[in-house]
Amino acid sequence: MSPVLGAALDRVDGRAKVTGAARYSGELNLPNLAHAVLVGARVPSGRIIGIDCRQASVADGVLTVLTHLDLPRVAARPKLFPSLFGLTAHGQSFFPMQDDVVHYAGQPVAMVVADTVERAEHAATLVQVNYAETPSVTLLDQGRDQTYEPAKIFGGLLPGRNPTRGDPEAGLRDAAVRLDVTYRFAANHQNPIEPSTTTAVWDDLDRLTLHDATQGPTATQLSVAELLGLPPTMVRVVSHYVGGSFGAKALIWAHPTLAALAARRVGRPVRLVLSREQMFHSCGHREEQEQRIGLGADRDGRLGALRHDKTSLTSHYDDWAETSLEAPAVMYAAATYAGGYRLARGNTITPTFTRGPGAATGMFALESAMDELAYEIGVDPLELRLRNHTDVDPSTGNPWSSKGLRECYQRGAELFGWSGRDPRPGARRDGDWLVGTGMASAAYPVAAPMNPQRARARMYADGSAVVEAGISEFGTGALTAMTQVAADGLGLPFDRVRFVGGTTDLPNIAAAVGSAGSGATSSAVHLASTGLRDQLVGQAVADARSPLHNADPAGIVVRDGRMCLRDSPQTGETYVELLRRNHMPDVEALGVWQPTPPDGGGHGMFTFGAQFAEVAVDADLGLVRVRRLVGVFAPGRVLNRRTAHSQLMGGMLWGLGQALLEATRMDPHTGRWANASLADYLVPVNADVPDITIDTIEVPDSVVNPLGVKGVGEIGIVGTSAAIANAVHHATGRRIRHLPITVEDLL
Amino acid sequence: MRIDCVVNGEPRRADDVWAGESLLHVLRERLGLPGAKNACEQGECGSCTVYLDGKPVCACLVPAGQARGREVVTVEGLGDGDLHPVQRAFIAAGAVQCGFCTPGLIVAVHDLLARTPSPAEEEIREALAGNLCRCTGYEKILTAVRLAAGREHES
Ligand code: FES
Ligand code: FES
Repeated sequence: MSPVLGAALDRVDGRAKVTGAARYSGELNLPNLAHAVLVGARVPSGRIIGIDCRQASVADGVLTVLTHLDLPRVAARPKLFPSLFGLTAHGQSFFPMQDDVVHYAGQPVAMVVADTVERAEHAATLVQVNYAETPSVTLLDQGRDQTYEPAKIFGGLLPGRNPTRGDPEAGLRDAAVRLDVTYRFAANHQNPIEPSTTTAVWDDLDRLTLHDATQGPTATQLSVAELLGLPPTMVRVVSHYVGGSFGAKALIWAHPTLAALAARRVGRPVRLVLSREQMFHSCGHREEQEQRIGLGADRDGRLGALRHDKTSLTSHYDDWAETSLEAPAVMYAAATYAGGYRLARGNTITPTFTRGPGAATGMFALESAMDELAYEIGVDPLELRLRNHTDVDPSTGNPWSSKGLRECYQRGAELFGWSGRDPRPGARRDGDWLVGTGMASAAYPVAAPMNPQRARARMYADGSAVVEAGISEFGTGALTAMTQVAADGLGLPFDRVRFVGGTTDLPNIAAAVGSAGSGATSSAVHLASTGLRDQLVGQAVADARSPLHNADPAGIVVRDGRMCLRDSPQTGETYVELLRRNHMPDVEALGVWQPTPPDGGGHGMFTFGAQFAEVAVDADLGLVRVRRLVGVFAPGRVLNRRTAHSQLMGGMLWGLGQALLEATRMDPHTGRWANASLADYLVPVNADVPDITIDTIEVPDSVVNPLGVKGVGEIGIVGTSAAIANAVHHATGRRIRHLPITVEDLL
Repeated sequence: MRIDCVVNGEPRRADDVWAGESLLHVLRERLGLPGAKNACEQGECGSCTVYLDGKPVCACLVPAGQARGREVVTVEGLGDGDLHPVQRAFIAAGAVQCGFCTPGLIVAVHDLLARTPSPAEEEIREALAGNLCRCTGYEKILTAVRLAAGREHES
């Protein structure tokens, strides 16, 4: 591998973003652009018994008002399905404005289209809707007596109950030490800074172009085509820059299709931007939930049994639970295991992916319980993790594709200064502040798409190359990292390669979700680039006029665009010489990666890490300040140190938010989120930022994908909140078993 | 109403502006300057920060009429053909991810360093308190400020 892989190079999209030149999906200058604004249901449950659009329809600038009475019926009922599979990827099995039923507050009941956005917003306030309201369930507590065990979750892809290992009831019964604790979690919203936005344009030939803020252009294309009853050939999606997502734009919700229907109705391009308030009930959220953990251990803390049960609130029509049990099930060498999901149906949109989906809550529960166990038996929390460390995937007995967790613990403990910690809670004081430290393990599954992942590389006769794949850039640094992968594969300098993504015209890549984006795209880009390199080397070897004629291709290396013999570098020629001599304007190769199957061909595939936190709690006011965070992760190969560390840091700050700030509160009387704004939904601000140290352990991994990339988007958040809560316990002696932890909890 | 103002050094005019329209809307929708972002329309995120007569404001909270006869500078007007040192620092420090908060932050940092060329840590945090970033974890943004202030050795 050349030094370009992993290097902390500047982002290729940096200039466009710092100058304001980058165009996001709602920033296109289109002639005759009209604007759609959605009207949301005011009640959480019931029927629409009357809807009066007369005033709205005659308001200045209004082009049309659509309701369930006149919106065209969609061609298919959407089916919830995760976008990782590369197929249609609807966020929920419900499409609004098809009938008079209200399932959740904020559900679109009307859509106003006008010539300016203000006029559309104004007219939207004039739409009068009358409801026959029925009783609603919007809190887990209200649905608790009617929970059920789903046969399947996750769009029907995962069982509602994890495979049981051994006899966990016996394991618990026979344990010397037992723990049975329940942890509760507030609902969370992703709140990317850019609200979801779609601009829909129909051309003269009835072809649709959608400029959509999405994690997966193809997912938008296939999903909208299905709802409109069009072949995918008639729908093109453009998504160059996306202003953050964190799961909000991972699945496809109603608004792109509504924008397309509005545009068709008014015969003009239509832009639909969700307001910040609408973002809270239009693209899913992390569901309110609780998780019960049962641990059985011997006196030394070796786990004999783990029970992990989750209960959460889902929508009326989908069995959704984020997969909180997945990572905890394989974290430690517990001899016996059982775990399952229970759901309560509620008046809510179907919940969805939120950063670190599943693991962010599941690992909080497990790692809090492990800390409780450590105190119960008087063993250092890190030592307890080491005693339960497992070199095989305990759910299958298979080896890991790679692990690196011991190294993460060790490096993290060094960076943090863990050793010599006085374990006594409440023992350390700094003026008015009680100071404590805590740690937690982190794990997140390495997923891959199911469908082949493709990229195309083309080199021109001047030796520059363009490499293409249909991804969007939503902040991860993918454009930069993929340029690096391509430069490495082709043997070209970084600045001779341009990576292009952002439309469904390009080779197909599945949506970048669950930290799988860099693995999937880098594999296809690597195969395309090395394929093209090999093709050119092969051509040189076959060319009687080449200095490399008849050389062994295996003995040829390429550096800076020059092919030469590894053992005698003076023998060789440049790509440019080869192409010019043969009068070739360009050459092209397609790279196709058939992803590793989910069982890793007999390997457990997870990313691991270790988190450490120091907090100070105001002894009188209960205020928590996180002073330091140290996170060390083993994400396989790191493609760009700078963008990777920046993502990990962002993830850890999300963990801080989850621990201390983030909660979407439901008002059960109105059935609406009570704090649906950035003023009231607290996210970390720069004053909250502690001293954060991040390190990565690069573990080689030849199983997950060709370059051994495990991804960094999720693992940063996992375990952070547990480390912080454990530190709060160490500081104060108070064990808080819910998130977020607030001042009131510590008064 | 008609609004005449100077934007990024050039006289600009917008006609038929509705009374309730914000400066942000006029910049983005009428003057073709989408650099300042629209993310909350409530003054809560700072994504829409621009200069109005030399003072940074949340353009989403400023009624367009207030810009009449005044001078507006947006992120598009900061570089002088080339990148401004603040813009360069954001790239070099890795302070940019999705970029949606970036234009507002660049204006806020530009203003901070114009007033206080060598700000203390507290001053940096104070000046950027109104700018939300959901991606970076802020630390690289603070590094960018130090870098632009010529104090990169402290980062
Ligand atoms: S858009 Fe103006 S502060 Fe958020
Ligand atoms: S870079 Fe995405 S919000 Fe700051």
